[in-house]
Amino acid sequence: MKLQRKNGLRATALGALAVSGALVLTACGSDDNTGGAGSAGEKTTAASNITCDDAKGQLLAAGSTAQKNAMDLWVKNFQAACSGVEVNYQAIGSGGGITKFTQGQVAFAGSDSALKPEEVEESKKVCKTGQGINLPMVGGPVAIGYNLSGVDNLILDAPTLAKIFDTKIKKWNDPAIAKLNPGVSLPGTTIQAFHRSDESGTTQNLHKYLSEAAPAEWKHDPKSKSWEAPGGQAASGSSGVASSVKGTEGAIGYFELSYATAQKISTVKLDTGASAPVEATTENASKAIAAAKVKGTGNDLALSLDYKTQADGAYPIILVTYEIACDKGNKAETLPALKAFLNYTVSDEGQKVLSDAGYAPLPTEIAAKVREIVPTLS
Amino acid sequence: MATTTQTDAPPPPGPAAAAAKPKARPGDRVFLGLSRGSGIALLMIMAAIAGFLSYRAFLAISKDQGNFLTTFEWNPAGDPPVFGIAVLAFGTIVSSVIAMAIAVPVAVGIALFISHYAPRKLAAPLAYIVDLLAAVPSIIYGLWGAIFLVPYLDGLNQWLDEYMGWTYIFDKAGDGPARNLFTVGILLAIMILPIITNVTREVFLQVPKMHEEAALALGATRWEVIRMSVLPFGRSGIISASMLGLGRALGETMAVAVVLSPSFLISGHLLDPGGGTFAQNIASKFNEANEFGRDALIASGLVLFVITLLVNGAARWIIARRKEYSGANA
Repeated sequence: MKLQRKNGLRATALGALAVSGALVLTACGSDDNTGGAGSAGEKTTAASNITCDDAKGQLLAAGSTAQKNAMDLWVKNFQAACSGVEVNYQAIGSGGGITKFTQGQVAFAGSDSALKPEEVEESKKVCKTGQGINLPMVGGPVAIGYNLSGVDNLILDAPTLAKIFDTKIKKWNDPAIAKLNPGVSLPGTTIQAFHRSDESGTTQNLHKYLSEAAPAEWKHDPKSKSWEAPGGQAASGSSGVASSVKGTEGAIGYFELSYATAQKISTVKLDTGASAPVEATTENASKAIAAAKVKGTGNDLALSLDYKTQADGAYPIILVTYEIACDKGNKAETLPALKAFLNYTVSDEGQKVLSDAGYAPLPTEIAAKVREIVPTLS
Repeated sequence: MATTTQTDAPPPPGPAAAAAKPKARPGDRVFLGLSRGSGIALLMIMAAIAGFLSYRAFLAISKDQGNFLTTFEWNPAGDPPVFGIAVLAFGTIVSSVIAMAIAVPVAVGIALFISHYAPRKLAAPLAYIVDLLAAVPSIIYGLWGAIFLVPYLDGLNQWLDEYMGWTYIFDKAGDGPARNLFTVGILLAIMILPIITNVTREVFLQVPKMHEEAALALGATRWEVIRMSVLPFGRSGIISASMLGLGRALGETMAVAVVLSPSFLISGHLLDPGGGTFAQNIASKFNEANEFGRDALIASGLVLFVITLLVNGAARWIIARRKEYSGANA
């Protein structure tokens, strides 16, 4: 008995060691997959002209995981320049970020979609004299990655894509795909369409794209953050979808471009009706965002994206994430830090680091508008 | 416990017992107050948690435009909000049943080997390794499952489809990877194995030596000893251990979320991707859910709570019913 108890104790000790070891290991397991992040950061801090004004203290923020990697870069550069400020961005998801914002727990929220009218109403409680506004800050292409041995240049258009994700096209050598890819020998493999199992702004943007660019083929709710179509397979997070596509022959899935570049997954070129099929790149995404119209009123810059754009070189499956803050009635103690930080993120310098991380910088007109509004926050 | 009354010690002296009763020392009273207070506090905290959860769940269910128990959809953010737990309940129960069907026999086998067959030099480290397996966090099992187990199970799935397809449950429609309820069941079985093995082994070690020696004296082989004295004695222990494991399987979150390819469909074809479990659904939907969506998730969690309660109640009932026949009283 005695011996056993000793064994048990030792087991718990070792168990504890295993647990803490695992914790240490998982601590670096976030979806930060931007290999060039470090070097990009160094590049910008070297020639930094970030203005800190009288920003100090702790700036709390929370929200979208889609802009986490951009935020990490910004926070690092900003804190290097302004030593008195600590910016803490928790990537807990857009929904969680907005909830925290409307409860007054964070100075700003990051979100994949603009505030809904009822959320604007709710924000008036926290902002007192003002209301929550959407400031577009980070854009990015949602790449359609595929795994099909022997095919490294695949062209698809919106209706075909909709049918694939709706599991109406089941084989890779379907005539609809063959028609778009003349001269390419397509195998008769079954298509394994992967989607996100968690709710996500990435899914929502793909939904919006499919229902606007292929309304006849895609009948599902365009606003839903969870996957609507029956069939197909799901994986958790962009990283989950990307690794599933990477590991499954005949797979196709969608995720932010950075995941495709990090895991060397081939991406689909889109036939948008432009003179040539468009590849998913950060520049092409910026071109598509430039076609967006501002639908917000006053200082609100919520964008209405043009998913049907046929402009040359504009990649239309795009995600724009916002920073949500109060236009008036921000907390006095965090206001200087908030303004200084957002001033930096929307500056040329702040936007320039984005493309290294797989994001698309804001087009100049929209960035200019954001730059006008940030200093007026009060 | 009839054996405990057969003691040679004399009954406690009368005067001492009589004197202890009226004379309550201050220490006793303080201790009584403290323990009673903490008991009441515990009940109140539990009641408060239950009240909060039921309130939030009620808020969600009252606005649900579908049938909470039978709808095959989860869209609380939709307009109108529609969500139901049918798929989740099905997936949770099916994956747990698969896990139990695999884990319990194997765990009993390992426990018997460690306690009765293995040489002492091997038994201690083996028990120790099984202990360690219980300490591995579930997300690690999940990652291992997704990266290592799933590709290996593809072959098994094909084999099952080919030779066992006539059973309907092993009939595989598509040729997707093995990210299905069957795989989840196998993974859960591996995860609950250590806890069942450990408790069962402890119970087997408690079998009175007299029983085993008596059986051996009658000329029983080792297997007969196990069948006649060890298994009957340990039966209620095995059931309790299995229930502990089942509790873990029902509530397992991260491993399922990583391995399963969920969808809101009920399919009897276990090898096709699809289905979902309560805990997996909560984990994957919670981040992006708004306040109402979270209430809906809490409501689904309450259902899991009720299922767990029912299972544990049933187990207690079985154990209580068997107690008088078990070896413990022989």
